[in-house]
Amino acid sequence: MGLSPRPDRPQVVQSSDEPWITTRLDFLVNWSRANSLWPMPFGTACCAIEFMASAASKYDLARFGMERMSFSPRQADVLICAGRVPFKLAPVLRRIWQQMPQPKWCISMGACASTGGMFDNYAVVQGIDTIIPVDVYVPGCPPRPEGLIYGIMLLQKKVMNERSKDKTLRQEMEPDPKSQLYIPAPVIDELSEPFGNSVHQTRSGL
Amino acid sequence: MTAPVPFTPVMAGEASKDAPAPVTPRDLPHRGGPPNPSADALRQRFGKAVQRVDVVWGETSVVVDNSQLAAVVRWLHDDPSQRYDLLADLTAVEFRDAEQPIEVVWHLRSLPYRRFLRLKVLLEKTQELKVPSVWSVYKAADWLERECFDMFGIKFEGHPDLRRILMWEQYREGFPLRKDFPLRGRFSRSEQLKQALAANPEARYSMEELSIAQAYEDLPDEMRRRLSAGEKTGE
Repeated sequence: MGLSPRPDRPQVVQSSDEPWITTRLDFLVNWSRANSLWPMPFGTACCAIEFMASAASKYDLARFGMERMSFSPRQADVLICAGRVPFKLAPVLRRIWQQMPQPKWCISMGACASTGGMFDNYAVVQGIDTIIPVDVYVPGCPPRPEGLIYGIMLLQKKVMNERSKDKTLRQEMEPDPKSQLYIPAPVIDELSEPFGNSVHQTRSGL
Repeated sequence: MTAPVPFTPVMAGEASKDAPAPVTPRDLPHRGGPPNPSADALRQRFGKAVQRVDVVWGETSVVVDNSQLAAVVRWLHDDPSQRYDLLADLTAVEFRDAEQPIEVVWHLRSLPYRRFLRLKVLLEKTQELKVPSVWSVYKAADWLERECFDMFGIKFEGHPDLRRILMWEQYREGFPLRKDFPLRGRFSRSEQLKQALAANPEARYSMEELSIAQAYEDLPDEMRRRLSAGEKTGE
């Protein structure tokens, strides 16, 4: 798997003989953030095995600045939810997300975390985006390390495109205090319909 | 703190020294064959309480009367000629045929005699689903009975702490492994999520569990106050 050079246009201007460079602050901040995303692995099933494979030497997440697994949400940037989440774990996942400091992102790894997958039953959350906001969905059952790395690179691209002027980026999504849901109940019901993931292609646009 | 009980190891097959070494059984008949000698012993001792003895693939199942189950298990455990010292599994079976009773199944193993016995109790669905708990005989029954209660709604009378174990304790939709339970649950997805998120992940312990773990003193003040006020879970 070769990594092609980024198609970004050069953002750093270095004059040939002077010892200083000019760049945009946004670019510098985003560049440093995107290349040192510390993941918080939330592995509940077989996706976590593939996640471990991604972190091990062959695929080597360290290339993306992710070699430091943060097993405390308080020192993490990316929540990688790998595996199915039962309803009993829903408040735990929500609590972990709330404990992560801003800036933070979330990758939903695999079919089960993204949509409930084959577990369309009484015990499994039909997509973790009904509990916490998700930035990147990685399909697959489980996704191969290449797939996860592609998702991570998409997230890096997303981070690179952030603008500090946009104050809404860092706003915490507050759930409704009464129901604890942040998506309206009818929308959750619609998303969770059988085969909902194959007919509702727009769920990540929520 | 009570004095530690001296540990006496049980060697498999130690009670039947002249018996041949165990071999993997071959060419077993589907039905029939020699039953476990404990089945006859149970018949002699408990008479009519033993309703039926089946031998399937060389394994003996004994259907016993619900009212006599506690005595049967206690005798199988204590009697020196039986010594069933291991409860391997405890579960229940509901059949698709609505007329057929629910079976509660105990898998007992006698290590000293190298015997395996399956006990069954038939519960009519029209009656209240309850069987005696074997917790006083086998401590292993604690979580197994809780799981069986959680999934089938069978009450184990005499269990010290019969709560749900797999589903969260405020779960109100019923008993998931029953045949009349819809696969996706009874409530809408949003309602299920709402109820699940309402549970407090930190408050999942009863006072009994905490006193066993002796972790009560280490808890935050606020949680100790809530638990000492009698709160069991995050309700």
